[in-house]
Amino acid sequence: MSSPGPLLQATAPDARKLSFRGEHLRRLSVLARYALEIRRLALVGIYHAGSGHPGGSLSCADILAALYGAELAIVPGEESDPHRDRFVLSKGHAAPALYAAWAACGYIEKEAVRSLRKLASPYQGHPHVKDTPLAETSTGSLGQGFSVAIGMALGLRHLKSPARVYTLLGDGELQEGQVWEGAMFAAHRGLGNLLAIIDYNKMQSDDLNANILGLEPLAEKWRAFGWNVQEIDGHDLSAILEAFQRASQATGQPSVIIAHTRKGRGVAFMEGKPAWHGSVKLKDAEIQTALAGLGLGESEIGSYLNGSIG
Amino acid sequence: MAALAESGPSLIGASGDTLREAFGRAIARLGTEDPRIVVLDADVAGGTGTHHFRAGLPDRFYQFGIAEQNMMSAAGGLAAVGLVPFVTTFAVFCLRALEQARLSIAYAGRNVKIVASHPGLDVGPDGGSAQALEDLAAFRALPGMTVISPADPIEMARATEAVAAFEGPVYMRTGRSPARRLFADDHVFVIGKGQILREGTDVTLIACGVEVARALDAAELLAGGGISARVVNMPTIKPIDAALVADCAERTGAIVTAEDHSVHGGLGGAVSECLAQSRPVPVEFVGVRDCFGRSGEPEELAEAYGLTAPHIAAAARRAIARKGETR
Repeated sequence: MSSPGPLLQATAPDARKLSFRGEHLRRLSVLARYALEIRRLALVGIYHAGSGHPGGSLSCADILAALYGAELAIVPGEESDPHRDRFVLSKGHAAPALYAAWAACGYIEKEAVRSLRKLASPYQGHPHVKDTPLAETSTGSLGQGFSVAIGMALGLRHLKSPARVYTLLGDGELQEGQVWEGAMFAAHRGLGNLLAIIDYNKMQSDDLNANILGLEPLAEKWRAFGWNVQEIDGHDLSAILEAFQRASQATGQPSVIIAHTRKGRGVAFMEGKPAWHGSVKLKDAEIQTALAGLGLGESEIGSYLNGSIG
Repeated sequence: MAALAESGPSLIGASGDTLREAFGRAIARLGTEDPRIVVLDADVAGGTGTHHFRAGLPDRFYQFGIAEQNMMSAAGGLAAVGLVPFVTTFAVFCLRALEQARLSIAYAGRNVKIVASHPGLDVGPDGGSAQALEDLAAFRALPGMTVISPADPIEMARATEAVAAFEGPVYMRTGRSPARRLFADDHVFVIGKGQILREGTDVTLIACGVEVARALDAAELLAGGGISARVVNMPTIKPIDAALVADCAERTGAIVTAEDHSVHGGLGGAVSECLAQSRPVPVEFVGVRDCFGRSGEPEELAEAYGLTAPHIAAAARRAIARKGETR
């Protein structure tokens, strides 16, 4: 990656890649299917692993579907293109959803999610860039992915690359002081090629954010730090795409999208319950119920859990 | 008053024959040769020597403010897109961002160079809060992290060149106070290699950083008492030159390690780990003994905490006296 050689050449945006971005502007129904598939595959991974964080994986599934399904200029098979967009999952514990998004959007085989957290698998409990280069960096210690993304945005601007950098943070993550160091820096440097998205599901490991260490007034905080702020429903795919579009126009300052979401979204018995934040073991009955609720019939559930996934 | 305002206060900055000044001049020169190099600072450029780089290459100097955690992780991001970041701050503040160095740099395998000025008691009057005595141990424990502590300004410059050409994460100490010149301009520095500065047969004094000059003085003191001491400069703490350490044990049968650092986990730890696996011989440790420093001039502190040449010589006599006790 950083072997000696000429610097990244300052080139005009690659026309083919931009057309790829256009081709990928899929209809919302396609993105909705991706989001549904992300939820199923994330839970399949957690079930097979016997541990993993379902609540915060389900809350960001729509955001990830919109990113990988429509927004990010990353061509499958050309993931090492220096001018590709970067996405960093700063809330690394949502790794099951990240791998599921790669699977749903064609970057990896769907069956691969079943090796989540297994010894010989590249799909660790939290993303590791040396195992999965598409992770762009290693995360799992909150706050750091955000700063790494800031470094990437600064570096890409330094190299005059047209690529943009996206990063997804959890709400509990915002309690890390490092996040606010980074927020101050990105605004001071006017990093218009940076977009942060906050998966604001209002809950963290032990309880509601509001009971642990309150974040409000959150939008005012980001505005005060000099960011271009939008607040949306993080499960409304149309709203997510429109927010991406508006953020791309704020060239002189970094953008943040505060995406209001629901923890455990899509699985009735998990929704809104902090107990499903943490690393949990999904029982047979629970995964059956969850996948049925996500639109799978009995034979399909069997395929998702142990067979070939279409 | 006008004259005072124009001249400003007399700052004790990076001047004189210090390792930080040598680093600052070296990185400023290397920057003109390698366009991938960028320097990151946390509002201490005047102290770390990177003001030279800032003056010559302002577009490649990134001021992060007093926010080391963000700076350390962002360095990982800059490296991820192909740049070669030199992260520079004081050694204690590198410790502050240790976990960022672990995850965003070492674990991610990024080609980032962390250059720490103001290590050890050599910091002097700023006192115990500012004197990092744990950094070599802490960074040595990070997988894949190369750890370097040069001994004089010439070696500092050569080490900076070697580190810039090296692919992989590095933690390197500079130094605050004026350092004695030990090496000629043609001094060769190779990462992972120590060098024998003086031959001897009764004991080996293995030192890094400011303690190398003191070890040479100690060898003189010992010679006056009829003891022949080998002196080894060991600027790379990790990976340690295990072959040279084993050779010292084989030929002299007793070892003293000397470092401006805690006796736990730094050079003494690295040497002892080698010896435990190759050829156990008596080892005595010269360093700070599980305590913090305090304000004072560097030489006063070295005397108070047992880091001077007479202390090294005394440790050598103890090590020699213990020969034959291990079976």
